[in-house]
Amino acid sequence: MENSISTAYEEKIIQDLLPRKFKKSGRILVAILSAICLVGIYAYYRQLRYGLVVTNMRDYVSWGIYISNFVFFVAISLVGSLITAVFRLAGVKWGSPLTRIAEMIAVSAIIFASLIIIVDMGSPERFYNLFLYGRIQSPIMWDVIVIMTYFFISVLLLYYPLLPDIKILLRFKERSGARLHKVYSFLGSFWKGTHKQYLRSKKAINVLCITIIPVAFTIHTVTSWLFATTYRPGWDSTNFGAYFIAGAFLVGAGAVVVAMYIFRTWYHLEDYITLKHFDKMGRVLVLLCLLYLYFNVNEFLTPFFKMKESEAGYLNDMFSGSFAPVFWFAIFTGIILPVIILVFKQGRKPLPMFIVGIMVVVGAWFKRYLIVTPTLLHPFMPMHDVPASYHHYFPTWEEWAITMGSLAGAILVIVVLCRIFPIIPIQETINEHHETAK
Amino acid sequence: MELENSSRRDFLVAGLAVAGLAAGCKSNSSPFETLIGDHVKPSGKKVKLLSVDGEEVEIDEAYLKPVPHLPPVSNEEQRIGIPGKKFVMVIDLSRCKNLKKCQSACNHAHDLNPGENWIKVDPMQSAEHTAPYWEPTTCMHCDEPPCVKVCPVDATFKREDGIVLIDSDRCIGCRFCMAACPYSTRVFNWGAPEIPADVASQPYSCETSIPQKKGTVGKCDFCADMTRMGMLPHCVSACPNGTFFYGDMNEDSVTNGAETFRFSDLMRDKGGYRLMEDLGTKPSVYYLPPVARNFPFQSGLENDKTENK
Repeated sequence: MENSISTAYEEKIIQDLLPRKFKKSGRILVAILSAICLVGIYAYYRQLRYGLVVTNMRDYVSWGIYISNFVFFVAISLVGSLITAVFRLAGVKWGSPLTRIAEMIAVSAIIFASLIIIVDMGSPERFYNLFLYGRIQSPIMWDVIVIMTYFFISVLLLYYPLLPDIKILLRFKERSGARLHKVYSFLGSFWKGTHKQYLRSKKAINVLCITIIPVAFTIHTVTSWLFATTYRPGWDSTNFGAYFIAGAFLVGAGAVVVAMYIFRTWYHLEDYITLKHFDKMGRVLVLLCLLYLYFNVNEFLTPFFKMKESEAGYLNDMFSGSFAPVFWFAIFTGIILPVIILVFKQGRKPLPMFIVGIMVVVGAWFKRYLIVTPTLLHPFMPMHDVPASYHHYFPTWEEWAITMGSLAGAILVIVVLCRIFPIIPIQETINEHHETAK
Repeated sequence: MELENSSRRDFLVAGLAVAGLAAGCKSNSSPFETLIGDHVKPSGKKVKLLSVDGEEVEIDEAYLKPVPHLPPVSNEEQRIGIPGKKFVMVIDLSRCKNLKKCQSACNHAHDLNPGENWIKVDPMQSAEHTAPYWEPTTCMHCDEPPCVKVCPVDATFKREDGIVLIDSDRCIGCRFCMAACPYSTRVFNWGAPEIPADVASQPYSCETSIPQKKGTVGKCDFCADMTRMGMLPHCVSACPNGTFFYGDMNEDSVTNGAETFRFSDLMRDKGGYRLMEDLGTKPSVYYLPPVARNFPFQSGLENDKTENK
């Protein structure tokens, strides 16, 4: 009797969580995202044809929003390791329904981080030189190595926990259609769910969870070192690695909150992504905001106190000059306001959380912009003997199109992944249900 | 100048062709066929050439085969540099009045894209009440070059003779070197450089830095090709005021073409210094302070192009 109730409940979980065909809104979303991507691809075609001259980057601002966007993607991809690995190793049980979302975001972000760095290259057709003539002394090589490592670990961390779910998916051939069924059987038909396989998979996931943490720290620390290994005011900082990682966990958690809300409302997952999850993620966000705020104070207060001649121009530009509106927007909207909203219990309800998540992500994007550009506009030597346009930077439509295209592409990858695979781990939810029932 | 260059090149081409013929004669009775092929018909027009033995010979014009203009030094040798040398530059700030002859000579010699400058002449003022002066800057050819440290593909490299060069055939255009250089000396070819087609089609040489290519970095190369020929960099010979001195640290001598000094004497007597010593980049360019000036600062202002400020 009890057993049959339990199986019925299992079936309900499965029915609730199986990936569903796009409704009309889903198809429109995919169409819009694809259109934005296509505009981006056209802009990139123009860039390939005419060179980086189609951007507004010039000899002083030699890195622009491409690099900001790259840092943003690397940052957001770190969430995979936070939710999946840090929570898992710390024994945080409530995080498990969020692991799949986090891993999907991580994989798609890291793919677009690597793409955008190729977009930024002046001679991308020579990419292979990195393998022919690679110099291990260069922080760029470190980045290439850790990004590839992180990509593979993230893909495996998405894939291994999927295997029991694929076994369930294979049972619904008619529902998923012949083509998807083929994909499922290619990916997971070897998985029989035997005890031996289960133990092996559990061990593999544990190993991956442990390895991904140092790799994740490395990937973003090395990204920060692309700046911190130079002499420039604003980049020459020993604080940079920790500052970047704190910011990365914050923006990643923000992105997960946004995704949680959207999936919950679209797929009616109120039973699986509950108010408790929002409440807990809200607390996590407060912690991460405060941590990031701390590193920001560290990063800006001490140079501000000294006002060294070489840094004064850059700092004044940030605090009260041409970058001040963006700077204070990023600080207030991305860090301070979220804390104020989230300390209240009402603030940790789904809708306010969703808005806070967007604020965090948008603020973080502009923060990355501020990390790259203002420093480049304040070099040691005077900006002189160059065309007047070299003294300013505002991205061209090609740069915006490529950047927006990459952001749309990253979302598109997530949307496609959640069409193919369950957003909430099915088998894990069933197991947990059994455990609580006992 | 242009005419002189082209006739010299033609002569070299002809010389190479004749050398080929002379080598062919020994092993084969009809050298023309093996070298050029049956299909070439004599045109009847003869040209006089100088053979490798110094004899004047006459051959049919149709047998002349153009030889591509190859860099005389291989990429490997260009990367090693000239053994036993340590090149340095001394810039005497008391002599500069922002004439920018150095800049135009450099731009011309390297066929730079219009608007691009490898030499910049900056108006400098150390503090509020100190006197302004003109400061020409080149690549500092640092002994601890931050740009070389960060290059992921060894496209920019430090040679044994102290010169830092760029291999534009290898550069991937990541621009990390530009971010790393505290002297902002590097320029990027954001688009395809506007240069004559015959220059653009030449094979690239790290020593001449010609031709500049789309999507790669460029900068002052200390005119490594001129240096190899024992001649002075273009900026040095172009300056009518003798602001630039160039030479070999190992020989302890630097010259601007008209005057030659002991490098160590200049440093000692005139208080030589380098830019941003505190960064530890150890530049190869030394400056002499703007004392006992030849020109007032204002005399350079008229030449300071407003559109390029």
